[in-house]
Amino acid sequence: MEHVIIIGNGIAGVTAARHIRKLSDKQITIISKESDHFFSRTALMYIYMGHMKYEHTKPYEDHFWAKNRLELLRDTVLSVNTDTRELQLEKGTVLTYDQLILATGSRPNAFGWPGQNAKGVQGLYSLQDLELLEENTKHTRHAVIVGGGLIGIELAEMLRTRHMDVTMLVREKDFWGGVLPPKEAQLVGRHIREHHIDLRLETELEEILTDEHNQVKAVKTKSGEDISCGFVGLTVGVHPNIGFLQNSPIETDRGILVNRALETNVPGVYAIGDCAQQREAIGERKPVEQVWYTGRMMGETVAQTICGNRMEYAPGPWFNSAKFFDIEYQTYGWVWAKPKENEASLYWEHEDGKKCLRLVYDKDSMRFLGLNAFGLRLRHELCDAWLKKEASIDHVIEALPSANFDPEFYQKHEQDIMRQFSKNLKTAAA
Amino acid sequence: MSEVKKNMALTGEPPAALSAGQKGATALGMLGLGVLLLAVFNVHFPNKGLWLSLSLCTMVAGIIWFAQVTYAGKPSGIKNDGVWFKSISSRGLWAWFFALFITGFYVVLYFFPQYLGLVKDGENTGIIALFDPLSKALSGNPASQWFVYGTLYTIAIFAFGIKFIWKYRHNRYEVIRTVSVMFFQTAFAFIIPELMARLNSESWSLPYYDLKNIWPLNYYNFEQYRIDSFISAGTVGTALLIFGILSIFVITPVLTYKYGKRWYCSWVCGCGGLAETAGDPFRQLSDKSVRAWKIERWMVHSVVVFVTIMTTAVVHSYLGEDSGKYWLTRSTFLVGVAAVLTLVFVWAVVFKRDKLQKDARYGAIGFFVVIMTLIGIHLFSGTQQVFLLEAEKLRSSYGFLIGAVFSGVIGVGFYPLMGSRVWCRFGCPMAAILGFQQKLFSKFKISTNGGQCISCGNCSTYCEMGIDVRAYAQKGQNIVRSSCVGCGICSAVCPRGVLKLENDSHKGRVDESPVLLGNADNLLDLLKK
Ligand SMILES: Cc1cc2nc3c(=O)[nH]c(=O)nc-3n(C[C@H](O)[C@H](O)[C@H](O)COP(=O)(O)OP(=O)(O)OC[C@H]3O[C@@H](n4cnc5c(N)ncnc54)[C@H](O)[C@@H]3O)c2cc1C
Ligand code: SF4
Ligand code: SF4
Repeated sequence: MEHVIIIGNGIAGVTAARHIRKLSDKQITIISKESDHFFSRTALMYIYMGHMKYEHTKPYEDHFWAKNRLELLRDTVLSVNTDTRELQLEKGTVLTYDQLILATGSRPNAFGWPGQNAKGVQGLYSLQDLELLEENTKHTRHAVIVGGGLIGIELAEMLRTRHMDVTMLVREKDFWGGVLPPKEAQLVGRHIREHHIDLRLETELEEILTDEHNQVKAVKTKSGEDISCGFVGLTVGVHPNIGFLQNSPIETDRGILVNRALETNVPGVYAIGDCAQQREAIGERKPVEQVWYTGRMMGETVAQTICGNRMEYAPGPWFNSAKFFDIEYQTYGWVWAKPKENEASLYWEHEDGKKCLRLVYDKDSMRFLGLNAFGLRLRHELCDAWLKKEASIDHVIEALPSANFDPEFYQKHEQDIMRQFSKNLKTAAA
Repeated sequence: MSEVKKNMALTGEPPAALSAGQKGATALGMLGLGVLLLAVFNVHFPNKGLWLSLSLCTMVAGIIWFAQVTYAGKPSGIKNDGVWFKSISSRGLWAWFFALFITGFYVVLYFFPQYLGLVKDGENTGIIALFDPLSKALSGNPASQWFVYGTLYTIAIFAFGIKFIWKYRHNRYEVIRTVSVMFFQTAFAFIIPELMARLNSESWSLPYYDLKNIWPLNYYNFEQYRIDSFISAGTVGTALLIFGILSIFVITPVLTYKYGKRWYCSWVCGCGGLAETAGDPFRQLSDKSVRAWKIERWMVHSVVVFVTIMTTAVVHSYLGEDSGKYWLTRSTFLVGVAAVLTLVFVWAVVFKRDKLQKDARYGAIGFFVVIMTLIGIHLFSGTQQVFLLEAEKLRSSYGFLIGAVFSGVIGVGFYPLMGSRVWCRFGCPMAAILGFQQKLFSKFKISTNGGQCISCGNCSTYCEMGIDVRAYAQKGQNIVRSSCVGCGICSAVCPRGVLKLENDSHKGRVDESPVLLGNADNLLDLLKK
């Protein structure tokens, strides 16, 4: 029987395993150093905040794995020998594979700041990071978070539930300003401050200062200011976790290089999820996609290939979502921080300053290109269909009410939005 | 630049401790409760009306104050911080104490009301006496243990309802739903029946009737003394009796068709009302395992069978044999019950087989048991007996096992250990029947939003009915489950806006081969196969 080994039990690896099982009878082994069972990385914050326990973050009950003949192995893969098709594991075992799927995820970035390895300084990615965070913040009164991305704001929310004073250092002019247009970024910025976080925009880290026990005691910013603190969270992005491939012939760049079918340069070896890098970016997508959904989609795709139905990774329209404290965010299609030449957009914001909607369209063809929604839930299916069918912006405005996915009895804003957008469109045309 | 004194700072601890305000509020509430406890131990209060009002008001004030310190002044949003750190809400020591306390209260209430001060023929004493003034003001009669219970129950729904509304103030579904349960409890369960009792006289009397309490939850509704009393009360009584029957066969199915069983379980019902308000801090304790789901189906269906047989036997036992006296005779009644059940069963099997799935087996077994018993009743029963059991015995054991022990002692007493809906999930026959209707012919479903689920598990964790919502959401499947009471909390706590409770069309309600949105269409088509 063919043996498929998957390194990494995250969403990408597990999705691949599940789908291979559905399609075939192959022997499947999933190896992970992090945890015995698949858990939801996106739920890490809720464990720290006491909303859930670790058990609750496991998407499948423990009996699921044996029942579906998915063998789980808790170990670290030290190296891959692609000639003999062997994996060297830390506990001494050597495993032989017929097909190998690399789904090893990411590791937090750190950019060589002085003091970045001190006690009380860490990133947040794994379960072990969470344990360390528990330890590191036990007595912290003041924490500094470096970097204003999605994990940074989650970390801020986490620390706030334990009543720490939190300072966030963000390089851009606005929170997540590299991704969000200014209006949305400012909306989030206001909300962050509403939660009593000292949000420092256009502020960069210079170095981390430590005491004689190599414990962090302060950070120094590029403008020379010292901020004393007992904890520093580094949330300046992540990079593919590929160190163990150093001496293998598998080609890597930032991530493991794959073609559209998620095949590496070595036959029988595939890479999916956070650790994979497309040789050529697909459309507007980044070559390395580090979100839950794309990991899942690559898993679905590679399972087909492994089971004899070679398939290219062909994601549909981009979508993503997040939550900034109490404000939910959904995005469909492309909305850039700075609009491109041909793009224009319509923006509506509720008077409470916590809900907004931006529709982006092509100025010439009037085609709908994407949207950002804050504090409003929209139907994925419909937004997806608009993008696939290249709907016109007029059509989207007209169809807005049917895309509403807010819970029942919520105040509806579509009439308001539609009125304003139709007016704006007319002025733009004139 | 100051050094952080590591071991002296209190911050950074998990948010498990109560704040000063919360402590104050708890103390105030306890003060009110203390008055009641003193009354239980027969401390004499001179001005009962005053002390009772004082006690009840302090308890309500304590709860509202607690809510105010906890939620006011903070941005609105999901407030589950520290739920699994706090002893009371994570099956810690406090939870066990609390469970013991409530369980004890229920045991005394149901089986030893004399300790609460109930005196059959004479002046009440103890806590029941403390409630006499209120009872007299409402119904004109002295209080009973049930009046004390009803008052405290209503107060709990009211005060914890306010707390719940504060907590979920950003969610209008939750707010409106909670106002609804508060209203139905106060008006229908508490005030109206008491006022109805006021109308009673020597010659004319209505049984105590909480109109929203429908058979089989109200398993005693068709007992002889009630039927006699309904019938003897002329038009009003007959109207009430007809309403009781209509609510089973017409009102319930129609509303469940349109809105799902939530119209009852989380908008109207008193048991649900308490679970949603006072029980809210415990909703996460429900068991989500597949094993629990199995137990649930066996138990809840057994209870339906039990209550059906019991009610049939009870009604059967007081009907006559002679059709000349009254058109409804024993045989007609039995045949009628059998016919209705057969009709429902055949309809379900023929038209809804696809939706029944696993439940079909339970249904078939249940149906078989009931029909065999009906035949048994017909063949073997003498005047008062079903097989060898007396109908009355059957009724009293149901009342004891299900009505008292399950719904009260375990149902509420075990809130802090097994979650707030133990009774609704494992024991309530009404929930089972509504669930059957919900699964088979309702428009209600919980839609899943494309491919947005991140499998975080908030929805499953906070589902009080122990439904593994995530299992559906992460497959892109709609949730159509007979046990879902439509509380809407899964949708509220979902951080990615994945879930929406809807009354939609039947088409595509149950999605047999769901896919998650995101990938290329040709792959999605493949996955659908
Ligand atoms: C705090 C946090 C919140 C997030 N929130 C969101 C969100 O809301 N939405 C979203 O879309 N994305 C979110 N993400 C990103 C998302 O979680 C990742 O994109 C996704 O989990 C990546 O999945 P993966 O399967 O590629 O890798 P991973 O989930 O990282 O799994 C890889 C596994 O492989 C193991 N492994 C690696 N190397 C080896 C080895 N040599 N031997 C053995 N085992 C090995 C690792 O220990 C790990 O367990 C979040 C990430 C974090 C950290
Ligand atoms: S599935 Fe959702 S709405 Fe239904 S009972 Fe559970 S939490 Fe409530
Ligand atoms: S439906 Fe929402 S709450 Fe449930 S697992 Fe998915 S993202 Fe989490």
